[in-house]
Amino acid sequence: MDLSDDVVAVPLRHPWRWISGGIATALLLSFIWAVFSAKSIQHDIVLKFLLDPRILAGMLVTIFVTVICMFIATVLATLLAVMKLSDNPLQRWLATGFIEFFRGTPLLLQIVFWGYLGIIFPQLILGVPYTDIVFLSGKTSDLIPAIVAGIIALALNEAAYSAEIVRAGILAVDNGQVEAAKSLGMSSTYTMRRIVLPQAMRVIIPPMGNEFIGMLKNTSLLQVIAVAELYTASSTISSANLAQIELLIVSGFWYLLMTTVLGFPQRALERKYGKGFASVGGRSAPRAFKVGKR
Amino acid sequence: MAKLMVDARNVRKTYGSNQVLNGISLTVEQGEVLCIIGPSGSGKSTFLRCLNHLESINGGRIYVNDELMGYRQVGKVLHELKPQDIAKQRQSIGMVFQRFNLFPHMTALQNVIEAPIGVAGISPEEAKQQGLALLAQVGLQDKADHYPAQLSGGQQQRVAIARALAMKPKLMLFDEPTSALDPELVGDVLDVMKNLAKAGMTMIVVTHEMGFAREVADKVVFIDKGLIVEQGDPKQVLDNPQESRTKSFLNKVL
Repeated sequence: MDLSDDVVAVPLRHPWRWISGGIATALLLSFIWAVFSAKSIQHDIVLKFLLDPRILAGMLVTIFVTVICMFIATVLATLLAVMKLSDNPLQRWLATGFIEFFRGTPLLLQIVFWGYLGIIFPQLILGVPYTDIVFLSGKTSDLIPAIVAGIIALALNEAAYSAEIVRAGILAVDNGQVEAAKSLGMSSTYTMRRIVLPQAMRVIIPPMGNEFIGMLKNTSLLQVIAVAELYTASSTISSANLAQIELLIVSGFWYLLMTTVLGFPQRALERKYGKGFASVGGRSAPRAFKVGKR
Repeated sequence: MAKLMVDARNVRKTYGSNQVLNGISLTVEQGEVLCIIGPSGSGKSTFLRCLNHLESINGGRIYVNDELMGYRQVGKVLHELKPQDIAKQRQSIGMVFQRFNLFPHMTALQNVIEAPIGVAGISPEEAKQQGLALLAQVGLQDKADHYPAQLSGGQQQRVAIARALAMKPKLMLFDEPTSALDPELVGDVLDVMKNLAKAGMTMIVVTHEMGFAREVADKVVFIDKGLIVEQGDPKQVLDNPQESRTKSFLNKVL
């Protein structure tokens, strides 16, 4: 052994990372090749329907339903989370009951239920009970068309899941923050709005990004109540021309594109609410709230 | 005699079966600096937190600036006030915490002007001007746009003092303000507090800094097991304690 002190140090080498990575890439490429070269898939049909107006219209419905559902769900979820953390036992029970109910039954079942609401209640009347005052009345199927039923079903279900995410975010904020806000004379709603929620956002956004993507894909379940979203559009076409696989590729392509694009606003939001924290939009796990050294 | 800023009478506090405050009575005059010392778990921080009703009390009364803090008396019973009324009372009492509790998502200046704009309702321009002046007062005018995570512990604590002062409080409470600081950063924070005392602010300081207590305090109170054991002039309490518990505590910390 060379005992001179003029030696260099090198980090640990990882040859197996390269080898396993190479094998995985080769498998992936051969699978993609198999799909593209399969005789049973008519690639011209895929290309023909990729920009079909019915597909594009379905995509617009998908985007519209996703955005409006997530908006309603987020507002409701914040309300439910605050209720669940409230001192008032009645509010806690109500919120817990809501969350348990909508998490505890399958989403598909809920969608079909809202879609069939007209069978349970053929007539809907909105008014003051035991009086003749009526604001709105009519056939349920007119007042709640399929798309509205679908939005209600998806939004309520999502609210139940998101409520737990928002609650986790609120709980992640150090209690000292609330005490500091109180000591400055801030009310509890002001503290929630200006101090707690902005900090909770940092914890809430990554899982909510997941929920957004999940929602975008779950809109395809609305096919069962005939809402004309992307998947319904593609399956309507394929039931006519019998090119099932080709149209699955078409809708799959658009879903993948939309979920990929959603990553960009998420990163922008993460940067916005990461301001003042050590790992700003970085790769490292969120660091615990920074307080002074002890 | 000067006006009484704080008048605590027989304050009692329990957590379950644990008696934390066993009847504490003390007064602080306007412009006075009171230092509270005592072993950990003695109830000194709890007492401080009762003064702005961060903790509720189980008996006794606390008057701050002639107002019964947190309660309204009907006969022999104290009824707790509504949160918004308590919030109003707290506006005239500033508090500085051991762990600073700055709002991490706001810059130093935003921390200082948040309550004046959102709670006191003064205009953003005016708040900003006052905020910058307050940051200058604590020696941090050049750090206005820094986030708390970009500041040292001592700087964060000075921002926290500026934030409390921004509401123009009549009384300032300090809960072990230097205990979480590296030793070389303690001096800057104590200097800010000394200047504040000189300017006539009424202050109650829970502290382990005996040097500060000796130099700045008008009165020192030694609390142990939820009771005032000894109180008086700092020289008398710190240099010539009468009670054996005070003596043994001071022997350990000095």
